[in-house]
Formats: sequence, structure tokens, C-alpha cells
Amino acid sequence: MTSRIILPANPKVGLKMDIRILIQHPMETGFRYDASGSAMAKNVIKKLSLDLDGLILFSGELGTGTSANPFLQWSVILPKSGWLQLKWEDDEGNSGVERVLCNLSA
Amino acid sequence: MNAKRSTLQFLTQLTALLGIVGGAALAPRQNARAQALERESEDFRVLFKQLTNSARVTQERVHVTIPRLADNGHSVPLKVWVDSPQSAEDHVKRLVVLSERNPRPMISSLQFLPTQTRLELSTRIRLNGSQRIWVLAQMSDERWWGQSASVEVTESACLDASL
Repeated sequence: MTSRIILPANPKVGLKMDIRILIQHPMETGFRYDASGSAMAKNVIKKLSLDLDGLILFSGELGTGTSANPFLQWSVILPKSGWLQLKWEDDEGNSGVERVLCNLSA
Repeated sequence: MNAKRSTLQFLTQLTALLGIVGGAALAPRQNARAQALERESEDFRVLFKQLTNSARVTQERVHVTIPRLADNGHSVPLKVWVDSPQSAEDHVKRLVVLSERNPRPMISSLQFLPTQTRLELSTRIRLNGSQRIWVLAQMSDERWWGQSASVEVTESACLDASL
């Protein structure tokens, strides 16, 4: 399960930018059945967070009402350049970390 | 000739009368069904009250964009923006997306830092049929703002089409 943080091509100091997060995850609702007819256990990303060098910019809990391969985009003005780190954890205990360097130009 | 005409007249009147009676009998049943579809689930009501602590939710400042009609409920694009400067004094602390008729009403609960720019969020949600969705924003002063939007869903995300 891979995840991505997508940033604008040329982010600038003090300007609004959109951060996009995309995680490859089935977000199993627990209401579906597999080919043999047995129920598939609920497995969704229960926690995710994005931090900039340790400063948590965003954190969230997703429910079964979030689509498979969760996508989130929101607007920020970053206080400084640094490493953006996305962390997530699902019901089955799987987790993932994704890091991307964000260099703000003047 | 005259008798024939009166028979015809009688038949026309009878048909009209039956039509009216039939219509009147059917109409309430259809209304009841429409209302049942609109009604929110008990889980939603409980969660809504629990979240807001029964405080008043003012339907302002939060703006929701969702398609009127979605072909299927598996992935419906949702856009939200909140009229707030996101400064340290006045910002959205928490944004909650709720569904009135999903088996689990909580779609997502997101927390934000004040980032000095208007909060604009896009995501994709899953819906169990036509319903209203709610986006609630808890501001830094603990007050709740919110907005709802209706969406028609042709195919529910809760039915497994592969079976």
C-alpha cells in the first residue's frame, strides 16, 4: 500500500498552496462478502496525520464513509520549508509513512 | 342516440371519479415513502448530538459543494470551504463530515492547525443511496457552524454489484 504527498511544482514563501494526499488502501467497510460468501472484516485507515518537521499540521480519523484510496486536498500557507511527513494506520495494524521535502522559494 | 350519449357521459365521469379517488389514495402512500427516504438514521441523530453537545449549529460560514446527482455512491467528490481566516484567534479546529443514511454516519473527522489561509478541502466520500450530508466545523471558540447538502445517488455503495 503506497501513499503519496503531492505538492505544487514551485511552492513560494507566504503563498497559499494545496497539499494533496493519496493513499492506496481498500477501505474495506465490513459490509461486503468475498467469493466464498464469508464476510470481509472492516479495515479502514483509522488515523492519519501530516507534520512539518514534527509540527502536526493536520490529523484525522476516517470512517467507512471515505472512498477506497482516500484522497484529501486542503489549502495551507506553510510557515517554513522542511520535510512533510504523512503517517497512517489502519484497523489491521498496517501503517505507512511517506516523506517529502518541501522547499519554499522566495 | 341520447341514451348512448348519456352512457358515454356516465362512463367519462366514472373514469374521472376513479382517477381522483385512486390518486388521492395513492398520494399519501407515496409521500410517506418519500419522507422515509429523507429521514436521517438514529445513529446519525445520536452522533450529531454527541458531537455538538446539543449546542446550536449555525448554518453559516461553511460552504459545501457536492454533485446533485452521483452515478454511484462509491466515490462522490466533496468540496468544502469555510469562511474563516484560519488565524490563531479564529480558525477551524475540527471539521466533521456526517452522512444521514450511511450505516456508520461518521465519514471523517479532521483537525487542522491555523494555517493563515482560508480552509478549502476536497475529498471523496462513499454514500449509501440518496441522502443529505452534513459538514460541521468546530471553531477555535468551540462554537459549531455547519451546512448540509443533498445528493441523489443512483447506485448505493453498500450493495456489492459483483455478487
